[in-house]
Amino acid sequence: MEPTTPSRRTFLTLSMGIPLGAALAACGTSGPTPAGGGGAGGGGGNKATYWYLAVQPQEGVRTRAVERFNKANPNGQITGTILQNDAYKTKIKTAIGAGQAPTIIWGWGGGTLRTYVQAGQVEDLTSWFAQNAAVKDRLFPSSFGAATIDGKIYAMPCETMQPIVLYYNKKIFDQVGVRPPESWGDIMALVPKFNAAGIAPFSLGGQSRWTNMMWLEFLFDRIGGPEVFQAVFDGKKDAWSHPAALDALTKLQDLVKADGFIKGFSSITADSNADQALLYTGKAAMMLHGGWTYGSMSTDGGDFVSGGHLGYMNFPPVEGGKGDPSNTVGNPGQYLSISSNATAEQKEIAKRFFATGVLSDEEVKEWAGNGAVPIVNGADSAFASAKDADFLKFVYGIASNAKSFAQSWDQALSPTAAEVLLDNIAKLFQLSITPQQFVSNMNAVIGS
Amino acid sequence: MSAFATPARRGTPPAATREARGGVLPWLAVPALAIFVAFGVIPLVGVLFLSFTSWDGLGDIQMSGLTSWWAVLGDPGLLHALWVTLLVMAASWAVQTPISILIGVFLAGHQRYRALLAVLYFIPLLLSSAAVAIAYKALLDPNFGLGAGLHIGLLTQDWLGEPFLAFSVVIFVVSWQFIPFHSLIYQGGVRQIPRSMYEAAELDGAGRVRKFFSITLPQLKYTIITSSTLMVVGSLTFFDLIFVLTAGGPGDATRVLALDMYKRGFQANLMGPASAIAVILVLVGLALALLLRRLGGGDAGASQMEGA
Repeated sequence: MEPTTPSRRTFLTLSMGIPLGAALAACGTSGPTPAGGGGAGGGGGNKATYWYLAVQPQEGVRTRAVERFNKANPNGQITGTILQNDAYKTKIKTAIGAGQAPTIIWGWGGGTLRTYVQAGQVEDLTSWFAQNAAVKDRLFPSSFGAATIDGKIYAMPCETMQPIVLYYNKKIFDQVGVRPPESWGDIMALVPKFNAAGIAPFSLGGQSRWTNMMWLEFLFDRIGGPEVFQAVFDGKKDAWSHPAALDALTKLQDLVKADGFIKGFSSITADSNADQALLYTGKAAMMLHGGWTYGSMSTDGGDFVSGGHLGYMNFPPVEGGKGDPSNTVGNPGQYLSISSNATAEQKEIAKRFFATGVLSDEEVKEWAGNGAVPIVNGADSAFASAKDADFLKFVYGIASNAKSFAQSWDQALSPTAAEVLLDNIAKLFQLSITPQQFVSNMNAVIGS
Repeated sequence: MSAFATPARRGTPPAATREARGGVLPWLAVPALAIFVAFGVIPLVGVLFLSFTSWDGLGDIQMSGLTSWWAVLGDPGLLHALWVTLLVMAASWAVQTPISILIGVFLAGHQRYRALLAVLYFIPLLLSSAAVAIAYKALLDPNFGLGAGLHIGLLTQDWLGEPFLAFSVVIFVVSWQFIPFHSLIYQGGVRQIPRSMYEAAELDGAGRVRKFFSITLPQLKYTIITSSTLMVVGSLTFFDLIFVLTAGGPGDATRVLALDMYKRGFQANLMGPASAIAVILVLVGLALALLLRRLGGGDAGASQMEGA
């Protein structure tokens, strides 16, 4: 069948334009060129627009970066809009689809960025980075992986690196009289000890699903190395059938069956930070979570972090596994793209923001002050004076020593494949499918 | 006796209104019709069109014939979602209807304290579904919720983590939220029943229970149909509450059709299959509404006033 392609705008005009046109008959037809005054770009004429995520302390750092830029550039300002995490993911997609995207599109790179690129919605920044080598060379090289689609750079890496870390509650470990695990065997041996003491071994916000995924990311890596998931990402046929994958899935279900996770984990969400609360209130002994939770645990957990009760380590090796124990997974950075629908003026403002505003020395200091590691080479020099110096050095060490810093699976894959993956992971943790079923379900959607 | 209780036959309408009926009245329907076409019919046509395309919400819309339909119809997830939807529909109807009728009958009395209770019962209806869901989620949290706080073992279940419990919680919360509304409908229905029928029954020596089953319930027939239609068709579109409460989980135990549609469309970027599900939802809803009308409206000519 010969696919025909009616333009997206034709459809949007059909679906929205007619009723609107009927109601506002006086308004003339609007051409496809993005014009100011409420046209594409979602904002004013010579002002660039920028949507970013809420939740302190990160929100404040983002807001102040924009304020500093606006002060320094009175002629080309940026208007920021703050949105909530989950709402943002849907809203940005809809806005881009409708040609109403902000000038600067904040995101996680990877599979989602690829869909923007395929739809021709974001600017190719490869030549701009070639002209502005200094901007590129300042940043961690590993952060560019998720910004690069088919050899071209479509986004400016920004903000912080967020490896997934194994946190533990030192008070609970002392109370039960055990030592932090150094291998998968240790973890399985610790589980019955904590359960006997009436403490859940691991906290988990399972309803969010990507929280469960972090466990598989590490098990796959430690048992089979980063190549196992890379094969999935590359769309190799039956890539999930790798023996290491089956081993990892089985080990994971063994942990679930041994009551390794807190009772009721599948109804706990990570958005409410309830999983972190379980760790710092001592209801759970350990938690596998993103580096960003350090900041929220220090603000919400009373003296838990400041009193030195929070322990952290990289995920331990699995006996006989091929993966390098220095490897890590998580978010190698956050990403800023420029909308193709923006005016030339807006694009200029955005590029100036990338060159002079993003990760300025002040912003680097602010991130470090909040317990996060900015993706800037030599950022560790700013750590000495920070109150969370130990944690910052630990994260910087993980990120700079890791042979492989894999991007979170759900961000690396296309949104379509990620949804199937998350769905099957939830069922795997629910023990409603076997590892074998997981493998065949996932093989069926490889490359989609 | 019955003269003042039965509604008097309405007198012939004045000539002026009768003339207006021919000329102006149809035009009064135009604004409503325009809004219905703009926000009901046109989007529906759009969705129907989208269901024959592939679209990720970002790029160009590709005509793809029946691809989306085959993808949806061939997916075991659809059958499961349909099944869950039907279960939610049946269970929430079975729970809500008897309770709503009883509360409605109770509130139909004119005693002062009942008026006060009516106001209290009405409160859940004032809250938005999302707020209700968030509140229940917090109360039912196995580690920080009501049960854990009060140290009541019975309440400390994994309410939203066990498939059966999660489903029951959804039904409970839905009922908690919508029973007030249906009670209100039944209250109105009961108050329409002519006093004379009860008086006649009392003369014949009927007790409370007998009166309820022989007069109240049969007289409420059309009210029951109205309320059931609202419940059944409404339960097809439960989305916000379930989305916030369980997100369709654990696994896919509470993934109803509307949620499946959202996840496919807005999380997995598959607008084509999501539109196909939307069309299925519309068809199922229409079929159910028609069926319920058939069930109730078969003998529209039959008297409702037997014995009055």
